[in-house]
Amino acid sequence: MIRSLSRLTPVLATLAVFLAGFIACSLVYPNFASLRVVMNLLTDNAFLAIVAVGMTFVIISGGIDLSVGSVIGFTTVFLALAIERWGVPPLMAFVLILVICAAFGAAMGAIIQYFELPAFIVTLAGMFLARGVSFLLSTESIPITADLYAHLSEHAFRFEGGSRLTVPAMIMIAVVLAGMVLLHLTRFGANVYALGGSRQATALMGINVARTTVLIYTLSSVLAGLAGIVFSLYTSSGYSLSAVGVELDAIAAVVIGGTLLSGGYGFIFGSFLGVMIQGLIQTYISFDGMLSSWWAKIATGLLLFAFIAFQQFTLHLARRSRRAPAGVHP
Amino acid sequence: MLATSPPAAGAAPDLLALIGFSKSFAGFTALDRVDFTLKVGEIHALLGENGAGKSTLIKAMTGVVARDAGTMRLDGIEIAPRSAEEAVRAGIATVYQEVNLAPNLSVAQNLFLGRQPTRFGLVREGEMRRRARALLAEFGLSIDIAAPLESYSVAIQHIIAIARAVDQSARVLILDEPTASLDAQEVEVLFAVMRQLKARGIGIVFVTHFLDQVYAICDRITVLRNGRLAGSAPVADLPRLDLVRLMLGRELSAATGRRPPHEARAPSTAVAAFRGLGKTGYVVPFDLTLRAGHVVGLAGLLGSGRTETVRLVFGAERADCGAAQVAGQKASIGSPREAMALGFGYCPEERKTEGIVAELTVRENIVLALQARRGALAPLSRREQDAIAAKFIRLLDIRPPDPERPIGLLSGGNQQKALLARWLATAPQLLILDEPTRGIDVGAHAEIIKLIRDLCAEGMALLVVSSELDELVTYADEVIVLRERAHVARLTGAQVEVPAILAAIAEVPSSASPPVRAA
Ligand SMILES: Nc1ncnc2c1ncn2[C@@H]1O[C@H](COP(=O)(O)OP(=O)(O)OP(=O)(O)O)[C@@H](O)[C@H]1O
Ligand SMILES: [Mg+2]
Repeated sequence: MIRSLSRLTPVLATLAVFLAGFIACSLVYPNFASLRVVMNLLTDNAFLAIVAVGMTFVIISGGIDLSVGSVIGFTTVFLALAIERWGVPPLMAFVLILVICAAFGAAMGAIIQYFELPAFIVTLAGMFLARGVSFLLSTESIPITADLYAHLSEHAFRFEGGSRLTVPAMIMIAVVLAGMVLLHLTRFGANVYALGGSRQATALMGINVARTTVLIYTLSSVLAGLAGIVFSLYTSSGYSLSAVGVELDAIAAVVIGGTLLSGGYGFIFGSFLGVMIQGLIQTYISFDGMLSSWWAKIATGLLLFAFIAFQQFTLHLARRSRRAPAGVHP
Repeated sequence: MLATSPPAAGAAPDLLALIGFSKSFAGFTALDRVDFTLKVGEIHALLGENGAGKSTLIKAMTGVVARDAGTMRLDGIEIAPRSAEEAVRAGIATVYQEVNLAPNLSVAQNLFLGRQPTRFGLVREGEMRRRARALLAEFGLSIDIAAPLESYSVAIQHIIAIARAVDQSARVLILDEPTASLDAQEVEVLFAVMRQLKARGIGIVFVTHFLDQVYAICDRITVLRNGRLAGSAPVADLPRLDLVRLMLGRELSAATGRRPPHEARAPSTAVAAFRGLGKTGYVVPFDLTLRAGHVVGLAGLLGSGRTETVRLVFGAERADCGAAQVAGQKASIGSPREAMALGFGYCPEERKTEGIVAELTVRENIVLALQARRGALAPLSRREQDAIAAKFIRLLDIRPPDPERPIGLLSGGNQQKALLARWLATAPQLLILDEPTRGIDVGAHAEIIKLIRDLCAEGMALLVVSSELDELVTYADEVIVLRERAHVARLTGAQVEVPAILAAIAEVPSSASPPVRAA
């Protein structure tokens, strides 16, 4: 029990930071502490939380996926063109883009696995490719006017006082929950951790490493595609420059959430909290109205430093206390 | 050379048959048309010197290494697994020589990774833990199975790997040096399990460098030499001397005899002396004096505190009480760096997993510690490095004798020799060796014992942890016996004999309480 608590320390620390931040903001701005702010936090960061879930899988397995931001951008452009210009029904377009993203992720995973290339390089290439293709499709911002979009943005779970749990937020919560189940409760999830612990050992244990790797990158790209759909719902448009740098926000959220960049340890819930902390900073800045939004970046940077230092520290402690060996019964 | 004897009438049928296995790595022939037959319910020893090709044969069998030629039949049906996964599915479970578990996963997950009990696609955690406990109980191990694997010692990790493979073995179980980090007691437990499997008709391939174990449990022996089949015969037809000759291709050089009688030497100067050194919950405080030209041996069962003692001495673990004197001066040893600065060297037991830098060459690995001690400002010249590497490759018979080969490509035993060389090269005043001959073949054993004696004669102080009591008594001047994390006996001079050590180890423990374990 004590041990499992100690494994959760980084997540608990993130939770503490989030709560402390929220309380601090509420002290400064009394109307901050409202259901409305919380609901907006969920809606505004839905797409980021969705990619962060995929990124958590990738990073725990010892990899990285730099292509997700570009995949979101590509998705919005594709959806806008498909729905507005090519007359594809929106739901059909959603299915299509998810299939394309799955193929894209699977291809990256296969290249990483079979050519034994570093994930960093392969997904960097994927990032340029996806961004390049979306420019090729269109360089302008294309508004999406389909009925479904108007309908979906109306559709929401309403609370008293006018706060709404929107469709993007609902999708995000579903993805976070499903991600937690997949990572923590299935064989696939255990294999993901094992890969991050030792790739070679995992292969020797008779795990299909190739299949697992391909699946991990497929999952990440599909979730990036889903995030793209959510992003396009949120903005009702498609633009090839949207979501630039989101991969870095996602990585930051995952690390702030207590996942080790070197792989092997981490939790989905931590990544979710990491996203929420970034959202909190953003919200504070918009409440303030005077601060430049670049302060959000600065605050995120400082937080990252603090969390990485904290992780190294707890890791060090854990390693130290762990050296005592166990005994054998005759 | 012994030919493969024709199958006797009425003998057990062939379970696994390999024909003409060949494998070369970039022009180097590791396996050359090797045949191998395993019968139903047979324990088959696969023997050979370090680098003979045993591990390569095993990996070629299970598809981890793609073989160049050869066919393989299981129960008469041709199979060709291309990965460890396919081999397991065909019924062949393996414990590879290198660590093959995920350090970050829990013990239970490691035991059942890829085959966890599930319901509706979800892992049944409770059921998995229950099975994990039951499985480990067969090996006499009761540990916290929810703890991450890395929190346990190498020996326990090895038992866990064995337990996993045993549980998976449907037809064939392959064990590549499973006993290299186990103690006599655990080896007995393993043997009991192997006998059960044998009775169920499972064929077992067993690689080891302990010849006693071969004669204790195996039915048949196959010997490899330089990648070729040197011979195969029932155990009864291959007495020890013939076996050694078959493995080495020559007679074993002597040098394993008792060390020359202890003359009443004037007590030499103390290199280091420790008073009341200890750490709560780790090792009970002890006194220890290490003298120039003296070998102090540490004996005891696994977990008795031997490795813990040397880690305290070397500063790898911080003592919370006690005082140290080095060369007559009061000293505080808080870290391995400080210990090295004082002229200590420590070749750890876990060198297999911790010590090697796989990408660096043999030469670079050998000079690593020496260079670290000299500091970055006093680099060793290439000529010096070459000379040191050449010397130790010759002394320890590292094969292939190529200093520029990345060490990761050497066989397990040869990697260990190179790591031993790393610490020998620093020529410390006090050298600490933890199980120096583990995983090393019979031929090289003798060389290493001889080397220990020579170092001693040159005036080095040695502290050696060893479970090989027969060997320990040939070079130790003093043996300290540990039990339950305390130094319980100190044998000197003529008392240093195997029966005396065994008696001290076996003395009825003060309580029948379970062993100490991390909270
Ligand atoms: N990947 C590789 N590349 C190049 N050479 C290799 C590779 N793997 C093994 N070898 C070489 O093949 C030979 C046989 O190695 P192997 O590991 O099979 O020996 P072994 O009999 O298991 O020895 P040990 O008792 O030391 O474990 C060695 O000379 C080794 O250097
Ligand atoms: Mg080997």
